[in-house]
Amino acid sequence: MPKIKLPTKSPRIDMTPMVDTFCVILIFLMLTATMSSPEPAPVSTPYSISEKPTPDFNAMTFLLSADGKVFMNFDNGPDTLLKFRPKVLAEMGKRYGIEFTDAEYREFEKYPSSMGVPIAQMKAFLSTQDGAARKELQVGIPMDSTDNQLAMWIQYARTVNPNIQAVIRGDTQTEFPVVKRVLDILQDLNVKRFSLITSLEAAKINLEEIQQ
Amino acid sequence: MAEIIQQEKGKRGGKKRAKRIIPHMDMTPMVDLMMLLITFFMLTTSMAKAKVMDITLPDKITDPNQEAPKISASRTLNIILGPENKIFWYPGGVKPEEYNNLPPLMETDFSPKGVRQLLLERNRALFRKIADFKQQVITGKIDISQDSLAGAIRSLKNVDDTGPIVLIKAYKAANYGNFVDILDEMNICGIARYTFVDIAWYEEKMVEFAMGGASASSRTSSN
Repeated sequence: MPKIKLPTKSPRIDMTPMVDTFCVILIFLMLTATMSSPEPAPVSTPYSISEKPTPDFNAMTFLLSADGKVFMNFDNGPDTLLKFRPKVLAEMGKRYGIEFTDAEYREFEKYPSSMGVPIAQMKAFLSTQDGAARKELQVGIPMDSTDNQLAMWIQYARTVNPNIQAVIRGDTQTEFPVVKRVLDILQDLNVKRFSLITSLEAAKINLEEIQQ
Repeated sequence: MAEIIQQEKGKRGGKKRAKRIIPHMDMTPMVDLMMLLITFFMLTTSMAKAKVMDITLPDKITDPNQEAPKISASRTLNIILGPENKIFWYPGGVKPEEYNNLPPLMETDFSPKGVRQLLLERNRALFRKIADFKQQVITGKIDISQDSLAGAIRSLKNVDDTGPIVLIKAYKAANYGNFVDILDEMNICGIARYTFVDIAWYEEKMVEFAMGGASASSRTSSN
């Protein structure tokens, strides 16, 4: 019987479709990516059943870290179309008698995450590019009654952008007096509605249990 | 796509026949790189956007002559967030004059059997109403859009006069997680009327008394 001889061929897998798929996935991920900018303090938010999404603009976010520092951010990231960040800084500068240069305004405008720098150190903070030095300067916004800079920030943010909403992003372990202090400052400035950032978690309720 | 098939135009009568070769590109490095990028993007992107929970605080009373709004004591439920994830509660109101005879605080926790049970027991009528309404929407008996559903539930809550009026207070040793958790419980249980108020000095005393009892006993046991 004659044997059928298979031609010797190096087995090759055509990788083209795979590459195509990868390309599509990669492009999708690159476009949908919302880069999480590094926060000055790690924060693990508490859970709730709320499904309302976080506002992307017209928001001022207060970051309350676990060790009781308060940081502030406008519009959750670099400034959006409204460009009100430099205006707020200008007002703050006027109030505290500090002149900022154009470069510093630009730096303030594009700073991607929350800031917790006392206004006296703001100039040094904006002029350095060194991450470690910046971290050193982030000591939290002062908010005691003698030097309540947080209230000033809130006030000027609200005069520059009247539609601004207050958003609080706190760590689960943040001590309550810090939260209370921020709430008090907001209440004093007549901000009564605000949002708390949480992560979504489903809650189950057994209807039978409460029927008795 | 990446394979280019070279077709030799056959030269008629040509002496030499060029061997047909299909040039293959080695795509492995490219695939490797893409894998790497995909992994990077998958790990760095945060797909789930953070959610927010809205809360409204009452007006601050700045005028000393202005009195706090009166609420009926029988419907009032005071919840005090204590240290170590404890919740203390007592019904009704306490007059500061009676500080020698303060009511004892009941203790509960954040488990579904704890504060949720407590709230649902008191809010049963309204909760059933809301649940029935939602059920009717799901089964299609009531035709309503998703937007007006929230409004309809809100109006159900507004007309309710049976549920408790919950006053949330926080002792100084509580943390932010407790605060969000208790507000979340209010939403879960469909409590129509709740607000966050400052803790009064006699309530702090009540918490310290309730805690003191526990810590005193533990101190004696450790000695």
